[in-house]
Amino acid sequence: MTVARFWRKIPHRYNLIGTHCTTCGEYYFPPRQMCPTCRRDGKIESYQFEGKGEVITYAVIHTAAKGYANQVPYNLAIIKLDEGPSLTGQVICEPGELEIGTRVRPVFRKLGEESEKGMIYYGTKFVPE
Amino acid sequence: MRDVAIIGTGCTKFGELWDRSLRDIFVEAGVSAIVDAGIQGEEIDGLYMGNMSGGRFVEQEHVGSLIADYSGLASELHVPATRVEAACASGGLALRQGILAVASGYADIIVAAGGEKMTDVDLDTATDALAAAADREWEGIMGATFPGLYAMIARLHMHKYGTTSEQMAAVSVKNHHNGTMNPIAQFKNEITIDTVLRSNMVADPLHMFDCSPISDGAAAVVLAPADVAKKYTDTPIYVKATTQASSPISLHDRADITTLDASVVAGQRAYKMAGLTPDDIDLVEVHDCFTIAEICAIEDLGFFKKGDGGRASEDGETAIGSRIPVNTSGGLKACGHPVGATGIKQAVEITKQLRGTAGKSQVDGAGIGMAHNVGGSGGTAVVHIFSRDR
Repeated sequence: MTVARFWRKIPHRYNLIGTHCTTCGEYYFPPRQMCPTCRRDGKIESYQFEGKGEVITYAVIHTAAKGYANQVPYNLAIIKLDEGPSLTGQVICEPGELEIGTRVRPVFRKLGEESEKGMIYYGTKFVPE
Repeated sequence: MRDVAIIGTGCTKFGELWDRSLRDIFVEAGVSAIVDAGIQGEEIDGLYMGNMSGGRFVEQEHVGSLIADYSGLASELHVPATRVEAACASGGLALRQGILAVASGYADIIVAAGGEKMTDVDLDTATDALAAAADREWEGIMGATFPGLYAMIARLHMHKYGTTSEQMAAVSVKNHHNGTMNPIAQFKNEITIDTVLRSNMVADPLHMFDCSPISDGAAAVVLAPADVAKKYTDTPIYVKATTQASSPISLHDRADITTLDASVVAGQRAYKMAGLTPDDIDLVEVHDCFTIAEICAIEDLGFFKKGDGGRASEDGETAIGSRIPVNTSGGLKACGHPVGATGIKQAVEITKQLRGTAGKSQVDGAGIGMAHNVGGSGGTAVVHIFSRDR
């Protein structure tokens, strides 16, 4: 992957900035420019999420994604934000601390790296509240 | 629109084919299909090829031209060749494109094929190539793997419906059993529930034996207008429905994590198109990339009610000889999952069953069969219904 690919998304990736359709009131994270409900009638604006939410489901990853091998085992979760949308992210905690329904808050963390000397990706992870 | 029939099929062995290249296996499958159909190259109006990631797996794009060329159909006949991609549903989608071409009248004879060569790269590269079927920017970068996404489906299915690891393991045991009867299957060994539960955790709650393997293989079918199909074969298999549905690519954007709504909709559209219900289907090949995926599929396609798929699998209600035999080929789990080939292989298996030539795995009196092919974690679903009778 290249530098540009992940730099161009900095505001969204680093700050949990998504979008909000003022026509229907839905909130979107990851950000969407086209509201799936209103489509061209939607009025989309930027929205800063607080990032607190609830774990809908999770998995404990033992065979890592490329660039994540040094983090295994890690918890991958779908988190439903209090404003409505769901996202995929890691939850940092001890095994047994995490279950469906666990409340979480966001933290700024290193996500992964290309190699020992490669690009490092930063972004949002979550910890139990 | 014209009715369409399958008049020939071909398939390579699935597995680690280290002595063969992508072109070799595509050509082998295609040639066996046209030999089976008894057609000549001059009769072929077009090729559709399912291939997810030639670029990542063998660093080869422009697969259409390559295969047309090495099939002997490019230099003099200049047969059009189109590569089709929808991740793991690439094969099913190639079949659908071929059917649409014949149904429309633009083409008469089409070869729809699928192939993937996945074992030429290391596991890390293969895992990453497959992860490209998910949302790279919002799932992949968070550390999501495909087993991880399906593990999250499994976790919630277990939580909501009481599905157990043993029930998921039963899917793998049944598919391995079916695989022992399929000459092309990657795995032909029986396993037990314990084999699954004692295997390494890949993404908790999924063990290694809950996951389909990385495979090489190719498959092909020859399509013709139904009106002339009997000119080529005594046993044409008729296409009663070809449908497709999209859903959000990211698992986190689905209305219900435990339902692949693309499967539900593609299934409903197929039943409507064929004028049939789930009760009319004699056997089904579903997309069991993970054991939980088969459990979701048999629910989403209407064979069992939501939440009952695990119990049904454990109770043998999907075995050969039961009400709805599922994955008589061994499925993706035991037959293997060369991603671009899978959707075509499913049609090859259903054809074999409906022709009554499935040998030891033959479903008695099989007249109507369904094939269900999924891309990614459910962003695309393709469903076909085939019938022995027109």
